[in-house]
Amino acid sequence: MSSTVQRTKEIEASRASKGARGPREHVMSRTVAMVIMGAFTLYFLIPIWWLLVAGSKDTGSILTTNPLWFADFQLFQNIGDLFAYRDGVYLEWLRNSVLYAGVGGAVATLLAGMCGYALAKYRFRGREMIFNVVLGGVLVPATALALPLFLIFSEVQLTNTFWAVFLPSIVSPFGVYLTRIFAASSVSDELLEAARLDGAGEVRTFFTVSIRLMAPALITVFLFQFVTIWNNFFLPLIMLRDESLFPVTYGLYAWNTQLNQLPELRSLVLIGALVSIVPLIVAFLSLQRFWRSGLAAGAVK
Amino acid sequence: MTATTTGVRVKKPARKRAQHKRAIAFFVTPFAVLFSLFYLLPIGYAIRQSLMVVEREGTFGAPTEVFGGLSQYAQVFQDNDFVSSLGRMFLFGIVQVPIMLGLALLFALLLDSPLLRGKRFFRLAFFVPYAVPGVIAAIMWGNLFSPNLSPFTDLTSSVDFLGADLVLWSIANVVTWVFVGYNMLIIYSSLLSIPAETYEAARMDGAGQFRIAWSIKIPLIRPALALTAVFSIIGTLQLLAEPQVFQSFSSAVTSTFTPNMAVYATASIPNSNLAAAMSVVLALVTFVLSFSFLKFTQRKEARS
Repeated sequence: MSSTVQRTKEIEASRASKGARGPREHVMSRTVAMVIMGAFTLYFLIPIWWLLVAGSKDTGSILTTNPLWFADFQLFQNIGDLFAYRDGVYLEWLRNSVLYAGVGGAVATLLAGMCGYALAKYRFRGREMIFNVVLGGVLVPATALALPLFLIFSEVQLTNTFWAVFLPSIVSPFGVYLTRIFAASSVSDELLEAARLDGAGEVRTFFTVSIRLMAPALITVFLFQFVTIWNNFFLPLIMLRDESLFPVTYGLYAWNTQLNQLPELRSLVLIGALVSIVPLIVAFLSLQRFWRSGLAAGAVK
Repeated sequence: MTATTTGVRVKKPARKRAQHKRAIAFFVTPFAVLFSLFYLLPIGYAIRQSLMVVEREGTFGAPTEVFGGLSQYAQVFQDNDFVSSLGRMFLFGIVQVPIMLGLALLFALLLDSPLLRGKRFFRLAFFVPYAVPGVIAAIMWGNLFSPNLSPFTDLTSSVDFLGADLVLWSIANVVTWVFVGYNMLIIYSSLLSIPAETYEAARMDGAGQFRIAWSIKIPLIRPALALTAVFSIIGTLQLLAEPQVFQSFSSAVTSTFTPNMAVYATASIPNSNLAAAMSVVLALVTFVLSFSFLKFTQRKEARS
């Protein structure tokens, strides 16, 4: 609900202004607080800065020049080399990741949203049982499923295919949990009743009205599922042999394990790592106002 | 989707119940089917596999799977590599989880206090590492720690971050670096939901920020803290990508360094029955730990 976003903002704004108005705290405490946060800013950002600088250098000068400052700025040549290496296998990996995480995350969000909505807005037999089973699913560690999934997929001869990684990724029990909580508080029964009186069907009401009211929760679920799939390591590790199916993180892992035999891959690993995290950072930072309110809803209840 | 809509649109009060049933089925079925196929079925399959043993007639006979009761489980607990990988993760969790959550709590309280300027910047800066996948973060820190590759050779040539003594804590550092910001935001969101009036009385009485944080804020956000702790415990026991990547940088990381690496190594032998039993044990240990932790923290407070 957009008012949740609004409210969070208002609270933050009011607290910020209070902080600016009331210098009641000791200068000492303020200084200590700023020093702590400053030091940890360096801790969090220096590795990323280092990666950016290393990605802009030629293989030889990575080790010989100042690691935290640019030497021969050839970021774009390096990116060109990365994309050209072995007929653009890296681009193929990027595309795979976008398919696994982007499409998979979207499908997972829609299915979880529909289920969470039904659990919140309808009374039916088995409702609580379904919710409890799904809640148990949240606590099942995903990596515990990787091996049995591999055994099942090998019985139907689907290992080493796109579906082996995609299909298990479109199930999000956490999404059902979060959308149920959110739908219960943000989609009012009166509104649904009004839609029914207008003659709109239940499914139509969901897709035209309810889904908008649930948007912050859905965006949150999408982002988290996206990150979960993008970061998934065990499933590609155990399922995939064919390089052309790898997601980008797994491809970079594969390159990194070959560094002893092929040291020239090192600069490709670094620039590849840099290129792969930029879209994630941008997406996260630009969408953060949406998912933070969803996160709050999940954490408070 | 449109086909279903038209079916439901007919309005007859007497059939209303049945019509809702169709809508409910439409909403719930896709998730339920996939959840059964890719959650429930694998769990059942893992349990079934873990109860089987492979028998051969003579040394070269064809292998057949027969019911073996709990014999695989007996083997799991006799497997020194697996048991010590579990022990290693307990050690890791006991040290890393409190440090990570302690830092996250400290940052969240500072963000929520009037002591800081530039809160928006800090919030973003601390959260950026969460967008870095574990594999990539491990590749970055592996380079930073490595004695030959690191940009900080003065430090890394004198301290062996990748040696047998320290490598576990170097991996702990990678995990902490990635997840502190995420936990900070969960805790911070929960702090924002406390109405400001709650502190008014304390402020009137002259309580400082530290006192307010300790006596009012922390008790109120205990559910959020419990939630982050449970997620962290689950994450710790599942550790796989970071140590797997560190194998390229450090010979001290064995192929059975964490329980999941042991599962993978055992499955590649291949001994899928033993690996399945290990998966089941790991899932149960995780479940029991996170569940009892939740119960333990809920005991004191009234449930909402």
